[in-house]
Amino acid sequence: MSLSRRQFMGAGVAAAAAVALTPGLRLIELARARSPEEAASSLQRWGLLVDISKCHDCDACVTACKTENGWYGHDRPETDPEWIRKVTLRDKQTGYVETLPVMCQHCEEPPCVDVCPTGASFKRADGIVLVDKHICIGCRYCMMACPYKARSFVHEDTTHQKSYAPRGKGTVESCTLCVHRVDAGRIPACVEACAQDGGKAMVFGDLKDPNSEINKHLAAGPSTTLRPDLNLNTGVRYRGV
Amino acid sequence: MAHAHYDTIEGRSPGFYAVLGFLGLLILIGLVSALYMEINGHWVTGMTNQIVWGTPHVFAVFLIVAASGALNVASIASVFGRQLYKPLSRLSGLLAITLLVGGLIVLVLDLGRPDRLTVAMTYYNFKSIFAWNIFLYIGFMLVVAVYLWMMMERRMNDYTKPAGLFAFIWRLTLTTGTGSIFGFLVARDAYDTAIMAPMFIIMSFSYGLAIFMLVLMAAMRGSGREFGDVVFGRLRNLLGVFVAAVLYFVAVYHLTNLYITQRHGIEGFILLHGGQFTKMFWFGQIILGSVVPLVILFSRLGKSRAMVALAAILVVLGGVAQMYVTIIGGEAYPMPLFPGKEIVSSGFFDGVVASYTPSLPEIALGIGGIALALGMAAFAMKVLPFLPTSLADADADPHYKAETAKQEAAAA
Repeated sequence: MSLSRRQFMGAGVAAAAAVALTPGLRLIELARARSPEEAASSLQRWGLLVDISKCHDCDACVTACKTENGWYGHDRPETDPEWIRKVTLRDKQTGYVETLPVMCQHCEEPPCVDVCPTGASFKRADGIVLVDKHICIGCRYCMMACPYKARSFVHEDTTHQKSYAPRGKGTVESCTLCVHRVDAGRIPACVEACAQDGGKAMVFGDLKDPNSEINKHLAAGPSTTLRPDLNLNTGVRYRGV
Repeated sequence: MAHAHYDTIEGRSPGFYAVLGFLGLLILIGLVSALYMEINGHWVTGMTNQIVWGTPHVFAVFLIVAASGALNVASIASVFGRQLYKPLSRLSGLLAITLLVGGLIVLVLDLGRPDRLTVAMTYYNFKSIFAWNIFLYIGFMLVVAVYLWMMMERRMNDYTKPAGLFAFIWRLTLTTGTGSIFGFLVARDAYDTAIMAPMFIIMSFSYGLAIFMLVLMAAMRGSGREFGDVVFGRLRNLLGVFVAAVLYFVAVYHLTNLYITQRHGIEGFILLHGGQFTKMFWFGQIILGSVVPLVILFSRLGKSRAMVALAAILVVLGGVAQMYVTIIGGEAYPMPLFPGKEIVSSGFFDGVVASYTPSLPEIALGIGGIALALGMAAFAMKVLPFLPTSLADADADPHYKAETAKQEAAAA
């Protein structure tokens, strides 16, 4: 095949344009993400909807979270950390069985933040509840206060740490809603894994954006929180519990 | 009474050094245990992600509660003007401080990061009861130290009453704070009730007085000082009233929960089928810790000093049992995460009773805290005049007449 000069020039311009545009497109993506210097904003509130009718007997979300955040244990279930777990329930009256993932529910009024003496337990402006590992003294009062049993105490030395998910022996930890991914404009690892390998049961998004996918789902059908009686207005919601 | 006289204990006898040496050994074992837990991490203890507060908390909270209660004897003298208790006030204040120090050391050494104590002192979240308690505990030590100074410095004696009143109010606030650590927890069925604060206050009266009486009896006997029946009888009867009052609060707490259907689960667990916790409740807290002491204190058995000492020891052990049931039993019962559902399986022990066995290092740390409190008190008595030279009936009560005492003794 031979190219005329005109064709060659055209292809060259197209290639050059592609080379020039790709970083540009990448820049748009980066511009949408928050820069590390920019503070989390209360204009957003990150949330999660779990549709239990689509949640199967798999643990793709758990495995993905463990791999992403590196909370490997020591084969001692009672003291090993657990950021997210699968729970299977049976209705006492009807016998109906269902399964669902449980993790930090990212409460609007988190009891763990209330009780923390140093302020290590805190809620970001965008609703993500975190532990500041630098000022956690390991008193475990937050674990006493959390109604969802969402937190773990690091009982022994850690291995395979990730730079973006620091852990420390003697401090408390829990689901961060993959804050490092969210800040980079990505979705949490559990949601991604559920979409790829699970039942596509999880939707992540901004609860304050009326046009977000999660809000469209929430508006389209019933949903509830765990322990709604506590009135904590959690960021994680469930459909079908 | 005329004027109470105080003197240091001589503290040169082999017996005294043996006691200090023994306490020192227990303190050392406690420290080594804490170091062992700190180096290895908490997985070497009985604690887990289910039972996050274990045996060290049982001892620490017991000591902190007892500390505020130990101050009661001084309050009765300074605030309520009962002169009979005045010679006991200094020891009362001393024990209040040392018991608190013992409890706090245990609490701090059980932290995941005890090395970050300075963080706890410099970063505060004022919505946290723990943060209030840091101020209440440190403040208590300062307030009682000033109170002791007013009592012990003749020129400052006039200020004893206001200082005593302030310390009394402070100690009530402090125990309210300790009880509220549990009272304000919405997550767990055993807690989340306002009765925790007053119940902890009345528990402090009982535990604190029991420890006070044991230390007083040992110190008076050890230093060869007279301890008459008048003061002894008052303290004995007071302890009986406090033990009965604790029982009353425990009864109200459980009756309330038994009335509320939602709480039948936790009540069934503690009262009927909770294994070690049910045993600890009925045998430890109720029978040995309350009923037997009440029988001793309010019967002829109470005439025997040895039996009263036994009753006080049982009150202390019953108090530790009560803390064990309250703290560890309350955690072991699963949280009501999914009301109306039965949990078939869970990756994190949802819906099942958490198992817990105290480990040796945890127990050693707790006992080390008690040893520290007692050791500090013994040493302080040697250095400063905390102990009255005599509690003989004629010294304690100027209107004392042998016949009245006999009548009182017969009535008791």
